[in-house]
Amino acid sequence: MKKKNPTSIIGSRTARSDALAKVCGTEKFVADYMYDGMLHVAVIRSPVPHGELQGSNRRELEAMPGVVAVLFAEDIPGKNCIPVVLSDMPCLATGNVLYVGEPVGLIGAETPEAARKACAAARLDIRPLPAITDPEKSRDENAPKLYGDENVFTHLVMRSGDVQTAFQKASVIVEGTYRTPYQEHAYLEPQGMIATPEGDGAMKVTGSMQCPFYVQDAVAQVLGLPLAKVRIVQSTTGGAFGGKEDVPSFVATQAALVAHATGRSARLIYSREEDITTTSKRHPAVLHYRTAADKKGNLLAVEADYILDGGAYTTLSPVVLWRSIVHSVGPYRCPNIKVDARAVATNRVPCGAFRGFGSPQVLFAVESQMDRLADELGIEPAEFRRRNLLKSGDKTSTGQVLKDSVGSHQTLENALSAAGKAPEKKVSSSKRAGRGISTIFYGVGLGAGGEHLARTGATVQILRDGSAVFSVGTTEMGQGMRTALGQIVAEALGIPFERVQMTATDTSRVPDSGPTVASRATTMSGNALLSACKPIRETLFAVAAPLLNTTTDKLKLTQGQIESPSKTIPLQDVIDECFQRRENLAAEGWYRVEGTTFDKSTGQGDAYVTYAWSTNVVDIEVDTETGVVEVKRIFAAHDVGRAVNVSGVEGQIEGGSVQGMGYALMEDILSEDGVIRNPQFSTYIIPTAVDTPEIKPVIVEVPFEGGPFGAKGFGEQPLMGIAPAIANAISDAVGVRINELPLTPERVFAALNQKNKNED
Amino acid sequence: MKISFTLNGKPISRDVAPDKRLIDFLREDLGLIGTKEGCGKGECGSCTVLMDGEAVCSCLLLCAQVQGRHITTIEGVQSGNELHPVQQAFIETGAVQCGFCTPGFVMSSAALLEKNPEPNEDEIRRAVAGNLCRCTGYSKIVKGIRIAGKRMREKS
Ligand code: FES
Ligand code: FES
Repeated sequence: MKKKNPTSIIGSRTARSDALAKVCGTEKFVADYMYDGMLHVAVIRSPVPHGELQGSNRRELEAMPGVVAVLFAEDIPGKNCIPVVLSDMPCLATGNVLYVGEPVGLIGAETPEAARKACAAARLDIRPLPAITDPEKSRDENAPKLYGDENVFTHLVMRSGDVQTAFQKASVIVEGTYRTPYQEHAYLEPQGMIATPEGDGAMKVTGSMQCPFYVQDAVAQVLGLPLAKVRIVQSTTGGAFGGKEDVPSFVATQAALVAHATGRSARLIYSREEDITTTSKRHPAVLHYRTAADKKGNLLAVEADYILDGGAYTTLSPVVLWRSIVHSVGPYRCPNIKVDARAVATNRVPCGAFRGFGSPQVLFAVESQMDRLADELGIEPAEFRRRNLLKSGDKTSTGQVLKDSVGSHQTLENALSAAGKAPEKKVSSSKRAGRGISTIFYGVGLGAGGEHLARTGATVQILRDGSAVFSVGTTEMGQGMRTALGQIVAEALGIPFERVQMTATDTSRVPDSGPTVASRATTMSGNALLSACKPIRETLFAVAAPLLNTTTDKLKLTQGQIESPSKTIPLQDVIDECFQRRENLAAEGWYRVEGTTFDKSTGQGDAYVTYAWSTNVVDIEVDTETGVVEVKRIFAAHDVGRAVNVSGVEGQIEGGSVQGMGYALMEDILSEDGVIRNPQFSTYIIPTAVDTPEIKPVIVEVPFEGGPFGAKGFGEQPLMGIAPAIANAISDAVGVRINELPLTPERVFAALNQKNKNED
Repeated sequence: MKISFTLNGKPISRDVAPDKRLIDFLREDLGLIGTKEGCGKGECGSCTVLMDGEAVCSCLLLCAQVQGRHITTIEGVQSGNELHPVQQAFIETGAVQCGFCTPGFVMSSAALLEKNPEPNEDEIRRAVAGNLCRCTGYSKIVKGIRIAGKRMREKS
C-alpha cells in the first residue's frame, strides 16, 4: 500500500468547489437560463398503453394562439429513433403507440402556457389494442407480441458446475419467489433541455444530463446532422442516479426538433408529473431462487430464474440485465450455478438505469436466501457469510479470479465491530428490535457488457499564472466528481486546489468519453487526467533539472515546488521559465480499460476489472401493532480503494443508504393498466429528514492499482444492500420474512397476522 | 394589478397578474433564480422563501398574497458579503451535493434558527421535513444546521 502523505490533498475533506455557488443560489441549472425569443416546448403523449395511431387535430393546434410549431413523426428530418443499446425506440411514435406517455407530437409556442394549452387541446385518433400491463404475463402464449416472438428483449444465462447433483447432495435447500417494485429516481431537478440553432446549420443543446455523448448521437441522428454539427453542453445537473443516462436523449431531441424547425431557441422543462409518468425507472422484478448449502455451511448451488420488466422499448434493458446477472449469486464462492435472466416487454414506461443497475433486485433475493440458509443451518448470518465470502484468489460466479483490492472481509468485520452489540429484542410491549446484515459487491465500471464504451479523454493546461484548467467528458451531477478530479489534478501538478478549475462538460472539448454511469467518472476521468498531467510534469521536470543542477529522475513535484535532493525551486519559477521558452504546458489524456471478457453462452469470464465491496448492518424496530418499521441505525462499510475526498465518500454512503431505505420501506409506483397513479411527491413517498436514521459510514481502503491514487468507483453500492439488510432485520426482530418490496406497514402487519394464525 | 411588498429588505412595487405564482414572479420577472422549482405543488420545498419570517413554498403563493408582506429569498439571506451561518456550515459539513434542494434548505433552516436558536435533533429534522433532498441522506444537512445554530448563539 502506498504511504499516505500527510500534506496530500488526496484523502482530505476538501470542501466541494461548487458548494459556495450552490448555497448562494447562484449556480445555474437548465431552467435558470432564459434566452430572448426562446420558444417553449410541450410534448403530446399517448393516453393509452397500446394502440394504432390514426391521426390528430394538427391543423387546429397550429391555429392556436401563440403556437409556432406543431411537429409529428413525419416532420423529423433525420432518423426517427433514439439510439440507446438497440434502436427500437422512436423519437416520436409512428404506427403504434406502446405505452401511456409515449411521445407522439411536439408543440413549440411563445409561452409555456400557450404550449401547455395546445398540448391539452391535442386530440389523437388511436385505435386501442390489447395491452400487456403485467410483466408476469408478458411471455404468455396469447399475449400480444410487442417484441420478437416471445416479448423477450434479452435472455442471459450463467452456467457453471452441475446444479442438479449439487441439489441432490445438499444438506439444506431454501427456495423463494421475490418481488421488487419500480423505483423512481426522484432527482430534485426535473429533466430539461434548451436547444439553440447556431450558425452553419449547427445545433447546440444545453441541459441536465449524465451522458453528453449519448445526447449528441441522438440529436445528430434525429436532425440528420453530422456529429460535428451537434454540440452538447451539460448544465449543472440536479441529481441523476441513472435517470439522466438515456432519458436526456429523448428530451434533447424533443427540444432540438422544435429549434431546428423554427430556427429559434427552444426550451423544454418537464413538470414533476410528466417526469415521473414518462421517464425511466428501476425495473420491477420477479425472481425465483433456489439455494443450497452443505451441513458445514458452504454454499453449494444457486439456481435462479427471473424477469425484469423492461417496459415498451429495450432502451438500456440489455445492459441492466447483464449487470444484474453478473451480481445474481452475490459475493460468494459457489461452485454450481444456473441462472436464467430475461428482460421482458410490456406496455409500460421503458425502464432503464438506476443506481445499482439491475443489481438491487437480485441482491434482495440473494441476501434474503443467505439469511434463510443460515437460519436452517443454525449458523449466525454474519458467520455464514464469513465462510462463503469471496477473498483474493477466489473465483467469482463468472469464474473470474480475484486479484487486488478485495476488501470484502474487512467490510464485514469493520461493519460488525462498528455496530457492536445487537440491541435488546424487546423494546416495549409492542416494539421489537432486530438487526440485519447484507454483504454485497459491485463490479466497477462498464465491464465486459459495455467494454466498447470504456474509454475516456481529458485535457489539462497550466496557465501563465500557475493556475490550471481541465476538461473531462464525464459529468458532475451532484456526486462530487468535479471536486475529486480537481484534487487529483492539484495533487499531480502541485497546484493548490483553489487554483484548479474544471470547465463545463462539453462535447466540443474532449473526445467521446463514453457515459457517466457505472460509478466510473472519478476513476476513468481521474486516470485520463493523470495521463494528461504526465507530459506536463515531464516538461516541468525537463525545464527544472538544469535550474537545479540535476537530472530529471532526481526530481519530485510537491505542492508549489520542485525538489531535488539538495535544493528546491518554486513551481511558479519553472512555469515562468516554460512560458519564456515557449514550452507547451497543455496536454490531452486518454484512458481505456482492457482485459474484460465474457462468454454469453455460459455467462463466464472476467466481467469487471475490479469490484467494490460492502457490508451493511442495520438496526431496526418493528411495531407489532401497526407493522411500522423504523430504521434506527445503518452501519455501512464500503471498500472504495482509496477515498479521494472523505466527505464526498461519506456523502455517497449516506445518500445511497437513504435511497436504499426508501426502496426497502416506502417507495412504490402504483401502475394500473399501464397508468401511473401516483406521480407526485405527496403520493410517491421518498424519505425525509424525519425518516432517516443515524448512518455510520465505515470507509475501507484496499487500494486498486488501476485507479487514480488507488481509488475505485463505488457510488452506486451504498443503495444496493440496504433493502435485504432491512428485510433480514425484520425477520430477526419478529420472525417473519417478507419477500416483496417495499416492506410497508401493511405487508409487515399482514405477515405478523399470518404468523400468529399459524402459531395458534 | 400593482403589488407592493418588501423583498430582501427593499420595497418593491410592480404591475403583475394577481394570479401569477410568486416563484414565477421572482424567477422570470426579477431574475432571482436561486429559488428552485422541483414540483410546483408544495411537496418538495425547493422553492422555499420566507414570508414575514415563516418558511413558505413560493410555488403555492400568488403574487396577490404577498401584498404588504416581507419576503426573503436565498439572494437576500446573506448580510452584505457575509454568508448566513447556515450557508457557511453547509459548505463545511458537505451538506451540498447536486445543490438543487440547497437554497430551500437554507431558507427553512434560517427560519428555524431565527425562532428557535437552540433546536434539538428532532426539532431540526422536523423543521426541514418539508424539504426533500435525494442526494445527501440529510445527515450532513442536519449537522450543518446544528453547527450554524451553535455559531449564531455564540455570536449573539
Ligand atoms: S416547487 Fe414548491 S414545493 Fe416543490
Ligand atoms: S443535494 Fe441534491 S437534492 Fe439535495
